[in-house]
Order: sequence, then structure tokens, then C-alpha cells
Amino acid sequence: MVSQKTKVLMVIVALAALAYIIPHSTSFVVLLATRALVFAILAMSVDILLGFTGLASLGQAAYFGVGAYFTAILAARYHIGLGWDFWLVLFLGMLVGAVLAAFFGLFAIRASGVYFLMITLALGQCVWGLAYRWNSLTGGDNGISVASRPNFGLDLTNERTFFFLVFAIFIASLLVLYVLVRSPFGRSLTGIRERELRMQILGYNTWLHKYLAFIIAGAFGGLSGVLWAHTNGLISPETVVLTTSVDALLMVVLGGAGTLVGGVIGSAIVFGLREYLSTLVPWWQYVLGGVYVLTILYLPTGLMGIPARIRQASGRSDKTGKKPATEELASKPS
Amino acid sequence: MNTQFWIIQAFNGISYGALLFLVGSGLSLIFGVMRIVNLAHGSYFLLGGYIALSVIWTTGSWALSLPVAALAVAVIGLLMERIFLRPLGFDPLRQVLLTVGFAFLFQQASLDIWGGNNMDITPPDALTNVVVIGGIYFPLYRVFMIVMAIAIGLLLWVVMEKTRMGAAVRATVDDAEMARGVGIDTNRISMFIFALGAFLAALGGVIGGAFLGVYPGLDFEMLPLAFAVVIIGGMGSLGGAAIGALAVGLADNFGKALLPELSYFTLYAPMVLILAIKPTGLFGRE
Repeated sequence: MVSQKTKVLMVIVALAALAYIIPHSTSFVVLLATRALVFAILAMSVDILLGFTGLASLGQAAYFGVGAYFTAILAARYHIGLGWDFWLVLFLGMLVGAVLAAFFGLFAIRASGVYFLMITLALGQCVWGLAYRWNSLTGGDNGISVASRPNFGLDLTNERTFFFLVFAIFIASLLVLYVLVRSPFGRSLTGIRERELRMQILGYNTWLHKYLAFIIAGAFGGLSGVLWAHTNGLISPETVVLTTSVDALLMVVLGGAGTLVGGVIGSAIVFGLREYLSTLVPWWQYVLGGVYVLTILYLPTGLMGIPARIRQASGRSDKTGKKPATEELASKPS
Repeated sequence: MNTQFWIIQAFNGISYGALLFLVGSGLSLIFGVMRIVNLAHGSYFLLGGYIALSVIWTTGSWALSLPVAALAVAVIGLLMERIFLRPLGFDPLRQVLLTVGFAFLFQQASLDIWGGNNMDITPPDALTNVVVIGGIYFPLYRVFMIVMAIAIGLLLWVVMEKTRMGAAVRATVDDAEMARGVGIDTNRISMFIFALGAFLAALGGVIGGAFLGVYPGLDFEMLPLAFAVVIIGGMGSLGGAAIGALAVGLADNFGKALLPELSYFTLYAPMVLILAIKPTGLFGRE
């Protein structure tokens, strides 16, 4: 078993390598990496729910979309958030995501297992419906285009500068979430994932824990949405559509739920396949669909689970290995 | 806003509900029997439409395209269940994600085979006429949709309530373990129901193709609507699916006519409330 310190060191080395390699690549790769990093934040927010709390959310696009629309509307209509006040918008975007999650959580946390999946799907569709139809606010099907990126001494219209900003915010999110899941609060979330009833008997208010996790996930969903508005430049109902939520969930499962970094790897793979492979071959989506199907069939713990599997296969049983989050869903009576 | 408006909107809502019943009833049965949230159900709908188009192009017969498309998609569903879903055992999340993987594969396959254009299925002339009752024009095709849904609904009801097979399905919905205990082959039931669900969705795709069109992306547009039907009506209940479909069809139509800016919200918000208060749906079995 690799120690936690070594793992952290490996992540730091990998991130440092990224920070060095990406800016020296073509502008296409820089753009691709920026997008993947924004979605990595969204995927990590899904992982807080799926991997650490055992709640599979199919509506994370709602918070992503709210953050994105919030930013786009402020920038396009009121020219707010294009200077130093970008940081204010960033903070408010997180707040909007958190507030929406606090409201939605009142409904969603009542359900568990498959029902949680469906109620989050329905909540996500509510937001999509508003984005699609509320023309006067959201521009309907046409969406809203954000004319320019913020410029506060740092000129973010430069793709490389923007990449570094997103990269910095990504690392900050990773740090905050890492500290969170290692904290007593994070440990009790894992306890809820493993066996909620036992946590209740131990005196934990499991509803409140799940509710707080839901709000935190919403805040980081909102944060990724703010960044997406400036990355993509155009925010339309496509941003909030069901497939965005599904993508985020699949990224986490692909990389490995309950690892935080897994979602980042998943995001990189999905964007790599979708946007890079699509320029090379027309049948890229078969590869993506095939990767999903094969991962789910043969790698329930995701790519991050491969080392543990190899150890298991070579005979040394891995006693500290984590149980996949999916098992908890399975064991719930429906 | 006179009586005529209300009658026309109600008629449109009911006929849309008829279409939704075909998609929703299959999804509901699949969920009831197997507890699988099938996110590829919208793909079956779309595939049904596309296969029907191919049949019409080669044979020119619309009537033939209905059974051929529905059966072809039923076979796809059957294979998917047998080869991929069954080995997973009871593991809802992995099953859900697997169906998404398939939805993406189907999406790409249909894009490769049928292209990305918006296409229409043209029904025979006899069905494109208009009936005039009391000065109000009713398109005959929508009447046909309602009749078709009622016929299929009745057929399903007879099979579920009056036959041995139907009793076995109901037993599996209520308590799969107990059903296995008394000697019901729940594996075969699952396979049968999955194929039936795919069959109904594809049939909906062919019938709906005439007025919704057949285009890439339709799969993920129909999917949430089908879920709304299932959740409002209750999972695993045929009568519930009928009522759910009617409710969603009417809510969708009146929502679009009366509150256009909130139209989808008025559809999904009740779905949230029902899930939060009574997760098994209004008419679901406990």
C-alpha cells in the first residue's frame, strides 16, 4: 500500500508537470486543458456526493448552469465581473450554487439510492426548463454570449493567462476539498456512505451531514459554472442539459469514485477523447461509449482502482482498500 | 381563451399523453420489475423512428414499419439486458451508468447510419385528414394516436391481469425474492419485460416521428418526459403510467399555452414534489 504522503507527492508532481507542459503546447491543447480543468472541478463536486457520501446525483448540471448563467447575465447585461469584480462574481457564483443546493437539498436529501438519482434528475430538469424557456432572463434557446473575458492587470483574453487562472482556482478547490474529506466532517460522510444506520445510532445527525455535503457540492458546481461562462463564452440551455450531469457522473466513475483525483483524470480522458479524438477520427464516440461500458463492467472502482486490483491479483490482499461507493447503493433497500 | 381553446388544448394534451404512455409504460415496467433506471429508453424511442424510416424508404409501407421497427428495437433491448445488464447483478448505479454508455453508443450509431438531418415520418394519406366536430378541427392522426394507446393499454392490462405470465410479472414487481421462492423464473421475466419496454418505446418513436420528427438529440429530450410519466404515475404500475402520461401530456400542453416561460418548470416541479413526498409515485405499489 502506497502511503498517503507518497500519493500526495505523486499528485503534486503530476500537477507541476501539467503546469510546465500545457503552456508550452499548442493553443488548442491549452484550451482543451482549460475546459477539462473546469469540468474537473464539477466532477470533484460530484465525487463529494457520490464517492464520499454515497449519493449518486444526476442533477449537478443545475448548479453548474446557475453559476454560468449568473456570470453570463451579469457580464452581458450589466458589465459586472469584467474587472477586479471578477473575484466578487466568483464568490457570488459559489454562493448562488450553494443557495440553490440548500433549497434543492430540502427535497433531495429525503430520498436515497435510486430515488435520489431520480429526484436530482428532476431538479436538474427544472433548472434546464427555466433556462430553455425563460426568454427574458436567459435568452432562451439562443443563450447568452459573454463578450469578453475579465481584465484586471491580468489580461484573461490571453488563453495561456486564462489557463493559469483556472489552474490556480482548480488547485485551490482541490486543496479545500482534500482538507474537507480528511476532516472529521469528511470522515463522518464516509461513515454515512458505509452504513448510515450505524452513524445514526452513534448519534450523528446524518440528514444534516448529507445536507451540508449537498450544499458544498452545489457551491463548487457554481464555481465551475462561473469559470465555464468565461471559458466557453456562450451559455445556452445546452450547458444545463441532462447529459452534462451524466458526463460529470461518468467522469467520476471512470476515474474512480471516492478519490477526488479520479474525477480529474476522468475529466481529462473524456475531454481528450471528445475534443481531441474527434478531430482525428469520426467514430470517436464509439470509443467514449465503449470506455464507459468497459469501465463499468470490469473496473467498478475506476482507473484509480487499478493499482489495488493489481495488488489483489498478485496475491497480496489489500485490507485497507476502499469499498466502492456503488456497493452502498446496492445494499440499500429500495 | 374560449371553450374552443380549452377543447383544442385538452385534445392536444391527451394525444401527446397517448404517445407518452407508450414510452412511459415500458420504462415503468422495467423499473418495477428490475429496479433499473434505464437511461437508454429515449434511445429506443429514437431508434424506433430511424428504423421505421429505413423500412419506409425500402418498402414504402408505413404500416409495415410499425411492427418491424418495434421488434428490431425489442431485440436490441433483449440483447442489452442479457449480455450486459444481467451480469452486473443488483447494482443500480452501475446499471444506470451502463445504460448511459449504451445511449451514447446508440447516438453515434444512428448519426453514422442515418445522418444528422431532421427527418419526418409521413403517415399514410388516410391518417392525415382532419375531422370537424362542432366547428373544431381535429387532426385524424392525433385521434389515431389516442386509439392506438388505448388499444395497447388495454392489451397490456389484459396480459398483466388475466394471464399467468402477467401474474408472474406482478409478483416480481411486488417482491422479487418471494417470487423466486415460489418458483417464478425472474430472470426470464426481466428479459421479457426489458424487451417489451423497448418494443413499446420504439412503437412510440414510429408513431411520434410523424409530428415530433426524427432527429439527433430527440433521445435525451424524450427521456426526462418518460421519467416524469413514471414518477408521477408510480413505478411498475400500468394504470399509474396511463394517468401519469395524461397528466404530463396535459401539463406540457397547457404549460406551453398559458405559461410559456415556465412551461417545463410546471412539468418537473410536481415531479420533484411527488418524489420528495411519496417516492413510489402517486399510484405506485409500496
